[in-house]
Amino acid sequence: MESSKENLAVELQGVFKKYGDFVALKKIDLEIKDNEFFTLLGPSGCGKTTLLRVIAGFEEISEGTILLKGERIGDLPPNKRPINTVFQHYALFPHMTVEANVAFGMKMLGMSKAEVADRSRKMLEMVKLGDFAGRRPNQLSGGQQQRVALARAMAPGPQVLLLDEPLSALDLKLRHAMRVELKQLQMETGITFVFVTHDQEEALTMSDRIGVMDHGILQQVGTPHEIYEKPVNRFVADFIGETNIFDATISHVGDANCVCVLRNGSSVGCEAGSNPQVGAKCHLSIRPEGLEMSRANDEPRSLGGRVEQVVYLGTDTQYLIRIPSGELVTVRCQNTIADGVNYSTGDEVALKPRDGAARLLVD
Amino acid sequence: MALASRNIRKYPGFFSMTLLCMVLLYAPLAVVAAYSFNDSLSITRWGGFSFRWYLDVFFGLEADKFRDAAWNSLSIAFLAATASTIIATAASIGMVRGGEFRAKPASFALISLPLMVPEIVTAVATLIFFSAIGFVRGYATILVAHIVFCIPFAYLPIEARLRGIEGTFEEAAQDLYASRGQAFRFVLLPLMAPGIVAGYLLAFIISLDDFIITNFVKGAGIETLPTAIFGAVKQGIKPNILALSTLMLLISIGFVTISYFVSRKGVKPGGHGAPETT
Ligand SMILES: Nc1ncnc2c1ncn2[C@@H]1O[C@H](COP(=O)(O)OP(=O)(O)OP(=O)(O)O)[C@@H](O)[C@H]1O
Ligand SMILES: [Mg+2]
Repeated sequence: MESSKENLAVELQGVFKKYGDFVALKKIDLEIKDNEFFTLLGPSGCGKTTLLRVIAGFEEISEGTILLKGERIGDLPPNKRPINTVFQHYALFPHMTVEANVAFGMKMLGMSKAEVADRSRKMLEMVKLGDFAGRRPNQLSGGQQQRVALARAMAPGPQVLLLDEPLSALDLKLRHAMRVELKQLQMETGITFVFVTHDQEEALTMSDRIGVMDHGILQQVGTPHEIYEKPVNRFVADFIGETNIFDATISHVGDANCVCVLRNGSSVGCEAGSNPQVGAKCHLSIRPEGLEMSRANDEPRSLGGRVEQVVYLGTDTQYLIRIPSGELVTVRCQNTIADGVNYSTGDEVALKPRDGAARLLVD
Repeated sequence: MALASRNIRKYPGFFSMTLLCMVLLYAPLAVVAAYSFNDSLSITRWGGFSFRWYLDVFFGLEADKFRDAAWNSLSIAFLAATASTIIATAASIGMVRGGEFRAKPASFALISLPLMVPEIVTAVATLIFFSAIGFVRGYATILVAHIVFCIPFAYLPIEARLRGIEGTFEEAAQDLYASRGQAFRFVLLPLMAPGIVAGYLLAFIISLDDFIITNFVKGAGIETLPTAIFGAVKQGIKPNILALSTLMLLISIGFVTISYFVSRKGVKPGGHGAPETT
């Protein structure tokens, strides 16, 4: 996975951003690769917009270094950075036509009139708005405005495109369609995208890599698969998808694996995280689809409980199971035609983590 | 409807109060306008319809005096409105976009204070100021005084407009490689334009209409329309004054109307552009 520094688009080293006493960004170290679709994901107020604004140049950083293609850009104003932004509410210039909006950046860069006109038209065709060149932004639907904002930001050919929750103002159907389109645009143009969202599904489906943020700290950076399957801490495990978190104690440490004992005494094997200590308290995360369910048996130390709720989800069925400690555990089973086993509320069941399903969390 | 009992129109005396106010406000104006077309030397007895007093304003004995006064009034209003609008625009950008600074509330009070100070006090103070620095009274003193007292009138509509314009437009412009100057010229200024025009027109009318301050600082031998009319009236009201007043009224109404439509039109700077979906 080690990439050479040459194909990095944006690099942040130890970046802090403070508003008075409030620290909005805490020691952000981040490498965004060239041509990558990178997503910043996190709950509201975690600092995603702040991080984008820092990269765009709208906010001065309090500490640290920002590099674009290996060059320091920390002191450059926004208009000197070859980076463009798609704003959350688009910020299309209301007094200009769609075409003038798209042409604006190229004009400011001093491109020739013919070139600007030609490229504006091409960009508008690319976002399928060729017939709308003469309209004003307020004569467009939300989805169309969004495309104009996209065309406007991509027209000057930036090295990095920043997108701040560009889909949040669209309805569900349009949002899904735009996901596919955005991803295609990114692959066609090869521009590095830094995309901000608080929608984990959006992040998982579109991104090459995801950075999960909370409280101004970058919690984990990795591919969607890594983030989902190997969350490093409780926040990431909880935030991405659904999961069951169990209190446990480490009972045995091997080379690459270790064994943890849950509170009811059953032991679960899992991949060893960083430096596990025998006897240490820890948390285990097991996804709903990582638990296997069977009829209750008399094996003394197995995890088990009573089915409290059954939710039919089409391809899956989801069960809520009350375990003796009082907690609710979510289990999801695929509905196959062959599998005739069905459980109903009140059934006593036994639960067993599938191999490799349990994930040791550092905190 | 249940609300009907609270309808303000149901209060006893509402209608008569309204009528009284309207009559007090507008009856004198209506009388002046009507009698300006009176074909008689008297200003109280109707002698038939005619334009003679309008002709008298332009070609009569006092025509030269009125023409000079009109020229002074219009040129001073034009220059004072222009200067005060430029100053007010700069001030509003400083106040709205300048971030937080300690002297901000004080600055705002300073800008809008002239609206609350009795005009006679300003007039006396201005006169004392000009005498103290030995400024010879004349056209220049009127102009300077007008620029100063027009600033708050130009400032208020411009500031209101600017407050409604989201900062993201300027950020978007800078993001698209515009320098600060270009962002101002191509994005902020066009968006502010309706406010600026409204402020300009308001300043223009205020200057055109001013009597008290002008009368104090003008010095001998120079008149504006209001001081000229005041001077003429001192020897008794002739019907040509009614014609002149009606003309000024028309100019004012014209400006207010333009100002109203300009500030209502303009592109809505709300920003979100109503992201309705189809
Ligand atoms: N100009 C500012 N002054 C002070 N605090 C600020 C400022 N801008 C942002 N903050 C604070 O910084 C934190 C991060 O804000 P930011 O806008 O980056 O959040 P976000 O992750 O984009 O949230 P959302 O998903 O709601 O847009 C918030 O707690 C916010 O209150
Ligand atoms: Mg945000």
